[in-house]
Amino acid sequence: MTAYRLLINGDPVELDVPGMRRLLDVLREDLALSGTKEGCGEGECGACSVLVDGAVVDSCLVPVCQVDGHAILTVEGLAERLPDGATALSALQEAFWTAGAAQCGICTPGMLVAARAYLDHGGGPDDMSIREAIAGNLCRCTGYTKIVEAIAIAATPQSGGGT
Amino acid sequence: METSRPPGSPNFARSDGRVVSSPPKVRKDGPAATIRTPTRELGALVVEPGTPTRGRARTAPLRREGPEKLTGEARYADDLVFPGAWFGGTIRSTEPHARLLAIDRADDFDWSRVVVVTAADIPGENIVASIHDDQPVLVPVGGEILHHAEPLALVAAPDRETLREAKKRLIVSTQRLEPVFDPLASDVVFAHYEIVRGDVDGAMAGAHLVLEGTYRVNHQEQLYIENNAMIAVPRDDGGVTVTGSLQCPYYVHGALKRALALTDRQAVVVQAETGGGFGGKEEFPSVVAIHAALLAKACRRPVRMIYERHEDIAASTKRHPAIVMHRTGVAADGTILAQDIEVVMDGGAYTTLSPVVLSRGTIHAGGPYRCPNVRVRSRAVRTNTPPNGAFRGFGAPQVEFAAETHLNRIADALDVSPLEIRRRNAYREGDTTPTGQVLRESVAAHEVLEKAAEAADFPTKRRLSARGRAERAANPGWARSARGVGLALGWHGAGFTGSGEVRLGSVVSIVLTAEGEIRVLTAATEMGQGTKTILPGLAADALGVDLDRVELVPVDTSIVPDSGPTVASRTTMVVGGLVILAARELRAKVEGATGRSFAESYRDHASRNGDLRVDRRFEPYPGISFDDATYTGDAYPAFGWAAAVADVEVDLDTGEVIVHEVVAVDDVGHVIHPVLAEGQVEGGTLQAVGYATIEEMKLDDGRYVNDRLSTYIIPTALDAPRLRTILVEVPFSGAPHGAKGVGELPMDVGAPAVIAAIADATGAWVTELPATPERILAALGVTPLRAVS
Repeated sequence: MTAYRLLINGDPVELDVPGMRRLLDVLREDLALSGTKEGCGEGECGACSVLVDGAVVDSCLVPVCQVDGHAILTVEGLAERLPDGATALSALQEAFWTAGAAQCGICTPGMLVAARAYLDHGGGPDDMSIREAIAGNLCRCTGYTKIVEAIAIAATPQSGGGT
Repeated sequence: METSRPPGSPNFARSDGRVVSSPPKVRKDGPAATIRTPTRELGALVVEPGTPTRGRARTAPLRREGPEKLTGEARYADDLVFPGAWFGGTIRSTEPHARLLAIDRADDFDWSRVVVVTAADIPGENIVASIHDDQPVLVPVGGEILHHAEPLALVAAPDRETLREAKKRLIVSTQRLEPVFDPLASDVVFAHYEIVRGDVDGAMAGAHLVLEGTYRVNHQEQLYIENNAMIAVPRDDGGVTVTGSLQCPYYVHGALKRALALTDRQAVVVQAETGGGFGGKEEFPSVVAIHAALLAKACRRPVRMIYERHEDIAASTKRHPAIVMHRTGVAADGTILAQDIEVVMDGGAYTTLSPVVLSRGTIHAGGPYRCPNVRVRSRAVRTNTPPNGAFRGFGAPQVEFAAETHLNRIADALDVSPLEIRRRNAYREGDTTPTGQVLRESVAAHEVLEKAAEAADFPTKRRLSARGRAERAANPGWARSARGVGLALGWHGAGFTGSGEVRLGSVVSIVLTAEGEIRVLTAATEMGQGTKTILPGLAADALGVDLDRVELVPVDTSIVPDSGPTVASRTTMVVGGLVILAARELRAKVEGATGRSFAESYRDHASRNGDLRVDRRFEPYPGISFDDATYTGDAYPAFGWAAAVADVEVDLDTGEVIVHEVVAVDDVGHVIHPVLAEGQVEGGTLQAVGYATIEEMKLDDGRYVNDRLSTYIIPTALDAPRLRTILVEVPFSGAPHGAKGVGELPMDVGAPAVIAAIADATGAWVTELPATPERILAALGVTPLRAVS
């Protein structure tokens, strides 16, 4: 086995794993980051979405060898780290909470990272643009209404902006 | 508890990799991270009816488990760590109907590496306990396989690779038998009902017009994003603890006891965070739990039974397909004089919940319309397809699609508007339903109808689409797409059908502990709809304390009483009602003893007197009764009422439909939590839009062909229409908070509204769901509804 070096949620990690092991399994099983979910295992549902160098990918379709040396962001990396070591919900997470955008919560981690990428790329509160940004993430609970609303809140500058 | 993660160790024993250096943990083990609380105030949960919901949303408490779900901290079944756990798998039938001749173990495999369980190894009864107990846990050798993907044997192995190898080396021999796939050709009837009221034949004879039509609906998959998952752990007392994704802990508990011959205390069922259910985790988890438990007992260690999507779709229950035939006599002004309805539901290979799905379908079959002469005959039959079961709406969406589409076609035939024909016929207070139930209160059919029509500007849009049709008729081939608007009205009985609630006898408990903690105990599960927020909120409100003083005890059958299953839109109405009554009783006891308000005195009282527990059992709502033998009486304590208006665009070349907007108006009695209630309406409406347009299970030789997410399609954010929700409140006096159910109601009206909109756009009626492009194009060439007298 080869050692792979990844930057996960800002922290450097070195792993000895088979190169074709799915990034999803590396996160969930080797690194105990079980916030990223598996819904279909074939890149259709987006529950396993993570960011690789800021781009949304389905981690069930990515072998770990492909992300050697890259930066990964998962749902666990979204909260703000406070100086005292505690964490606080980011503006995006808080918007999801207040708008009622999470119901059963299983699509939420993937939905949040997709939204984070959208906001990081300068996405605004426009309904259609938001829908395009999360079209790869299936939700069966919400009808998407409150998810779109939450992302629009987080994308609106006067709400405090930021992610 | 087995779920704690040893600090610093890799997550899973199954990992075949090694972490050389792990990142500093963002989150610490133990309590959740410090969460910055939003600045808005947490107001009272229950407010006076009539307060505008928009204003109320700002004071409603936030989802209680929100932070865990938003940080990835929430633990779903597959996230739980059970050191030393093996992996379980299921050997399934590849035939729809066959005799199981043998299950042989290949010689070229070391069978000591794994554990195999067959029907012969089941310690209890080989049944999945349900209504008729006809479904085996595993088909025995010599027994009859009744559907594709039926479980034949189980395997557990220390790792996934060994499990895969072992499964390949179990050789199943079968002798194929003739399958039955057409429900109309089946002679095995799981259940049948007949409702007769008035003189149907006489009224038909005197009608201005008698119109008949046949409507078909197909399988729909619940498609919760979290697949079925159970982990079983052997107990020292010879029993087993099963933790998993489920709606109904006591259904699983009962099923484990029967199949594994366990006592009440030996079978323990714990709910993990559950990633959606929609009925799909009502009865099916019993199967998964029994399988996991059998393997755990056999290999004497924890066993993880985690389905992949393909297996989940192939093996789990679906919404019942149905064929619904309507014959309706109407007066010239559109007044309904007689309804003669036949409903045939395809139950699949085993009974599961078909009798109760059919019962609800039978009672709702006429739609929310007054009619003095009604005959409804219904049956659920066996076919050699995987068993069908619970799915949001539970028999009602099938029959209400038929009733609404038929009524819209009648309106067309009479040249009456869809709005007007509903104004003439929709139930009002004092009307009587086909089972003889007098609707004494909480009837909001007209209110939801008018609100939906007005909010969607239905009459104006109808005029525009009529003009569009006229222009296209004058200039054939001129337009490439057509816009239309459609209306549907529906009703949904809240809670269990008939005497179901009385038989359940649900119990909830509230305990004031000596330490001054207030703990609410119920078996009601959170699966996204808001149980964890609603139930403690109702208790806090009734006790007059802050919400954060009330703890909802985790669902674990060794701790919580049986407050019934989390189904049938009953959690807020029935279980929530019991929580309020229990809280009121606790409050009265404490205030009676202390002479001070509960909020001021409960801590003192608790420290002096020790634990104080109140158990509250369901009692029939005043004046509500149903006679199972004659199938007459109050089928439900109350009905919820819903209207939907869909605005669609149809591509006339391809038959493709875009649903632009749906206005959904739902009467839920009393809105307990506007954000959560709206979430139910929005989610249910989109599931109905999917049912109407794109969701279709295709079968070949009794097997689901499109058993993957790449082939079974559900709406994405881009497919979803803009959803406008209006909540209406006409309280039900029998519930202490006035609330009726909300979960299923929106599922009943979305599909017929979309189909009506397609007809408004194109002039063609699609009578089978889903309205795929193929069916729409076919309908564009079909002759209109035929008058038979």
